[in-house]
Amino acid sequence: MNNDIIINIQQLVKRFPIGKGEFTALKGITTSFRKGEFAGLIGPSGSGKTTLLNIIGSLDMPSEGEVTVLDVSVGSLTAKQAALLRKEKLGFIFQSYNLLQVHTVFENVEFPLLLLHYNASERKKMVMEALDWVGLTDKAQSKPSQLSGGECQRVAIARAMVKKPVLVLADEPTANLDATNSHTILRTMEKLNKELQTTFIFATHDEKVISYLHRKVFLDDGYIVKDEWVKND
Amino acid sequence: MIKFLLQGLLRDKSRSHLPIMVVAVGVMLSVFMHAYITGIMNDTIEMNAAFSYGHVKVLTKGYADNMSQFPNDMALDNTDVLVANLKKQLPNIEWVERIQFGGLIDVPNDKGETVAQGPVIGIGIDLFGKETTETKRLRIHESMVEGRMPSKPSEILVSNDFAKKLGIQMGNTVTLMASTMYGGMAYQNFVVVGTVSFGVQVLDRGTIIADIQDVRDALDMDNASGEILGFFSQGYYSDKEADKAKSIFYAQQDNVSIQDEFTPILLTFREQGDMGTFVDLSHSMGAIITFVFIIAMSIVLWNAGLLGGIRRYGEFGVRLAMGETKHHVFASLLYESFFVGIIGSIIGTAFGLLFAWLLQEYGLDMSDEMKGSSMMMPTVLKARITMADYYIGFIPGIFSTLLGAALAGIGIYKRKTSQLFKELEA
Ligand SMILES: Nc1ncnc2c1ncn2[C@@H]1O[C@H](COP(=O)(O)OP(=O)(O)OP(=O)(O)O)[C@@H](O)[C@H]1O
Ligand SMILES: [Mg+2]
Repeated sequence: MNNDIIINIQQLVKRFPIGKGEFTALKGITTSFRKGEFAGLIGPSGSGKTTLLNIIGSLDMPSEGEVTVLDVSVGSLTAKQAALLRKEKLGFIFQSYNLLQVHTVFENVEFPLLLLHYNASERKKMVMEALDWVGLTDKAQSKPSQLSGGECQRVAIARAMVKKPVLVLADEPTANLDATNSHTILRTMEKLNKELQTTFIFATHDEKVISYLHRKVFLDDGYIVKDEWVKND
Repeated sequence: MIKFLLQGLLRDKSRSHLPIMVVAVGVMLSVFMHAYITGIMNDTIEMNAAFSYGHVKVLTKGYADNMSQFPNDMALDNTDVLVANLKKQLPNIEWVERIQFGGLIDVPNDKGETVAQGPVIGIGIDLFGKETTETKRLRIHESMVEGRMPSKPSEILVSNDFAKKLGIQMGNTVTLMASTMYGGMAYQNFVVVGTVSFGVQVLDRGTIIADIQDVRDALDMDNASGEILGFFSQGYYSDKEADKAKSIFYAQQDNVSIQDEFTPILLTFREQGDMGTFVDLSHSMGAIITFVFIIAMSIVLWNAGLLGGIRRYGEFGVRLAMGETKHHVFASLLYESFFVGIIGSIIGTAFGLLFAWLLQEYGLDMSDEMKGSSMMMPTVLKARITMADYYIGFIPGIFSTLLGAALAGIGIYKRKTSQLFKELEA
């Protein structure tokens, strides 16, 4: 693993307005992630995992502190610049898959490429390659409603990976999956992490996910309470 | 990208079918309503023109001042010359002479004693002229109830209701009492050969229709007419034609030195009675209907869009996460609704035109429902398809879908991107 830092977080505070007051979800986070990491944010419900992941993914803005993702400061991005960052460099995987129900598996995976203006033949090649990574080439023309939960999540992984992003953010990707499916998709992501050097950051409290992580960042009540490297290859 | 949006639109029935149906129904109603109201208004205008006002009317200034009382002492003189001039000056207008008058009808028995009497409004028209267009214009054949058309002088038609009230039989001789052009009393016998019912109370209460020459004889109006009505060859009234006629008419009159209350003047349809207001109303009808339907349909589509939009916040969230901008998502919503608006408008216009056409061809007989109406309105409702009906539906159709989608789509901006996920994760 090389030592390029792609995410640098300094004294990050995130507050949400609640009624007249506000709630502090992140209370001073300082850490960094390097290219190729397979890391997880671990902690009890409400500890701030999703909030931190959203800020790294430029879906939300820091209240205080400095967050640099791939050399750009998230806090100073305009909505348009944030969209550009997400479009070109980031992939997202969600707990509830969030596939577009009326579109086929192929079209779902193709969508990020449409935004990047790849031409039809490039798109076809890339989509089929991504479906191959997750073992779903035979389901390209199926609709999400015809797939199992595990297959849906694999489509979501293909969709996140198809443009070969630098960084994939996965929020509770196994929460709706049984053990077998969880291991399948985790092995898939582990493989992609190795082969493509894609950085993965998970938010999870699932033991199965945790067992795959190379680095565990423990959150509690908006603080990092422990940062543990498991494997170092 | 457009293909992607269209695929989504076509496959998601709640996104396309329902809004297209709403738009189609609304557009259909707007087109149909427009043609229908245009039909009623035009028929009403034409009916009033045919019976009373003409598209334009030439009369003396003095007569015009008291037109509703038919002041025949102010009638036009030397009308043969006048009509000949008008025909030369304005050959595109058909000119017909009319005498309207008020009087009393006396129904005598065999011995000449009065059995019944009643007030009447009389219209003297060209009944017997070889090329007369008046019987057709007043739809006399269609309005006959009993008896037959007058075929020789002294034969008249009376309103059916009036004949019933006074017990007049076909073939009865009645006496008209009225005042002559010079203020004397006029008595003239007529033979009632038929009755008519126009389905309009003002006309059916007590009208007699006689040949204009008979009326002239009765009222001492030799070569005189109360009014000369002009009808446009295009078959319907328009302000443009009327103004054109007016300027040509007055251009020649500038040469006439003496101008008094016997000077002929020309009044357009809109300058008589309340007809101006009515013409204006008929013009603004399209705008009024369009406006009403834009508002109504926008509200429906806004709500449909809100429901659809909320359902789609998940989709929007994912698209934003993948790097679409909010503008782009919003614009795509508008594209979608534009597409829906076009398709819905095409379908709606087609159906609207179809129904309007049916009503135009076959009409709807409302004579029973309109009994007792005091306004001169046609009893057979007919739509009239005009050019406007081909495009008028597209205005509310497209505008309301765009407005509805825009209102519903504001939610995208009001919510934080991360918030859109919250709603979708829930
Ligand atoms: N938009 C918001 N407005 C107000 N409070 C929020 C908002 N988003 C998150 N929070 C609060 O911030 C805290 C952290 O939330 P976050 O979603 O990051 O938790 P989490 O660690 O992902 O929990 P879980 O495991 O349940 O997903 C919670 O107490 C939550 O109520
Ligand atoms: Mg969470």
